[in-house]
Amino acid sequence: MVDLLDKHRGIADRFQRMLDMGINGLGVTNDKMISPTRAVVGNREILLAGTNNYMGITFDPRCIAAGQKALAEFGTGTTGSRIANGSFAMHKELEKELASFLDLQHCIVFTTGYQANLGMLSGLAGPKDTIYLDADSHSSIYDGCTLSGAKLVRFRHNDAEDLAKRMSRDDTEGGRLVVLEGIYSMLGDRAPLKDFVDLKKKFEFQLLVDDAHSFGVLGPHGRGLGDEAGLEKDVDFVIGTFSKSVGAIGGFGAGNHPLFETLRYAMRPYMFTASSSPASIATSIAALRVLKAEPERRAKLWANSERLYKGLKGLGFDMGCDVVSPVIAVKMPDELSTIAKWNALFQGGVYVNMAVPPGTPNRLCLLRCSVSAAHTSEDIDRIIGIFKDAVLN
Amino acid sequence: MTEISDIVPVLVGLLKPFNPENLSLTEATDILAELNIDSVGVLDFIMEVEDHFDIEIPMNVVSNIRTVGELAAYVQSQLNKA
Repeated sequence: MVDLLDKHRGIADRFQRMLDMGINGLGVTNDKMISPTRAVVGNREILLAGTNNYMGITFDPRCIAAGQKALAEFGTGTTGSRIANGSFAMHKELEKELASFLDLQHCIVFTTGYQANLGMLSGLAGPKDTIYLDADSHSSIYDGCTLSGAKLVRFRHNDAEDLAKRMSRDDTEGGRLVVLEGIYSMLGDRAPLKDFVDLKKKFEFQLLVDDAHSFGVLGPHGRGLGDEAGLEKDVDFVIGTFSKSVGAIGGFGAGNHPLFETLRYAMRPYMFTASSSPASIATSIAALRVLKAEPERRAKLWANSERLYKGLKGLGFDMGCDVVSPVIAVKMPDELSTIAKWNALFQGGVYVNMAVPPGTPNRLCLLRCSVSAAHTSEDIDRIIGIFKDAVLN
Repeated sequence: MTEISDIVPVLVGLLKPFNPENLSLTEATDILAELNIDSVGVLDFIMEVEDHFDIEIPMNVVSNIRTVGELAAYVQSQLNKA
């Protein structure tokens, strides 16, 4: 008999090597959450710098109260999909508020951000169409593209000229969808949106931006990459998540297309899974209102991001990219040193993300930080200090 | 008409950055299994092949190609189509 799990022995060996060097950096257990930036792991308090909790909103009393109220009034779960069981009024309320926040006409919420990408990409493109995706795209984009059955063409990261070259080679008669990300999750750089929008003059395509890491973060209204670039009208579809700036769990797709609502009946990851739980929906609605009412959170996030980026760069680290964003990665020479230094950082009291291939672009090994508006300036200085002691020494 | 025997040496050359142990590569080499190359690395290699020959190799096609020879055959079919 062929043992189905035999093919994963290489992964098991690699994982064991990591355990032999310290603790499981890919599976830290937070025994207690103290705040958006503090957790207790074992008997130690750890400063969190790798949670994507950009707005630091997870302990906001207004969000917690909204979640508690929803639990009491609507129960613990929805026990089915919106197609089979129907929607809760809150689902529709969130979609309406989100569409208004984004200044778009239509919005559909999903149970997770991952499913938002699976659903939107497979709903928009079909076997006769072509999807052009950036080489550094998140795995959920790759998976959504695969689910679509469309022809998949990968272009070089952030390179509109390369995309143009690949579009010129393609003789598809179907539709074309170009997929970009607002902030790329590993290195923290963002798509040069104008370069890609300019291609619309030469080639016919529809443009989708995944704002998972940039919703709430980029632009004067926090609406994402299009908002920052002043090009929202040129972006046909937006995807986002509630698990980062919104501090809950879930995802969304949005746009102005008159047939947008029909996607609800064409997206398997929307139709064949249970809808978001009442507590998650309620906290998302509350969080959206907080984000709208308190733009100072975004200002604090950027001040913290500048401080951490400059601090680490000043120490001489090889930075993941040359622009500041709340995703701040330091390049490491290889996997073994990444594991060793990640352990040293953790022993020093700070949690960051250990990022190794194939989850990273260009086979890079990274110590990846994500900054929160809830970090204090002293927290940021402490993170820089621990990097200095643990990684440089 | 481009021959497979002309294409294979080019592919072997393009695989060099992905072959740090300098293994001997032939038409029968299974790219993913025999080289220490992950799924993203394969896609990066395919981009180099696309640009070298100025052809399109969609990702959907890549998942059905295992060996250097199979890739050479696909490249040949695209070149001869043009």
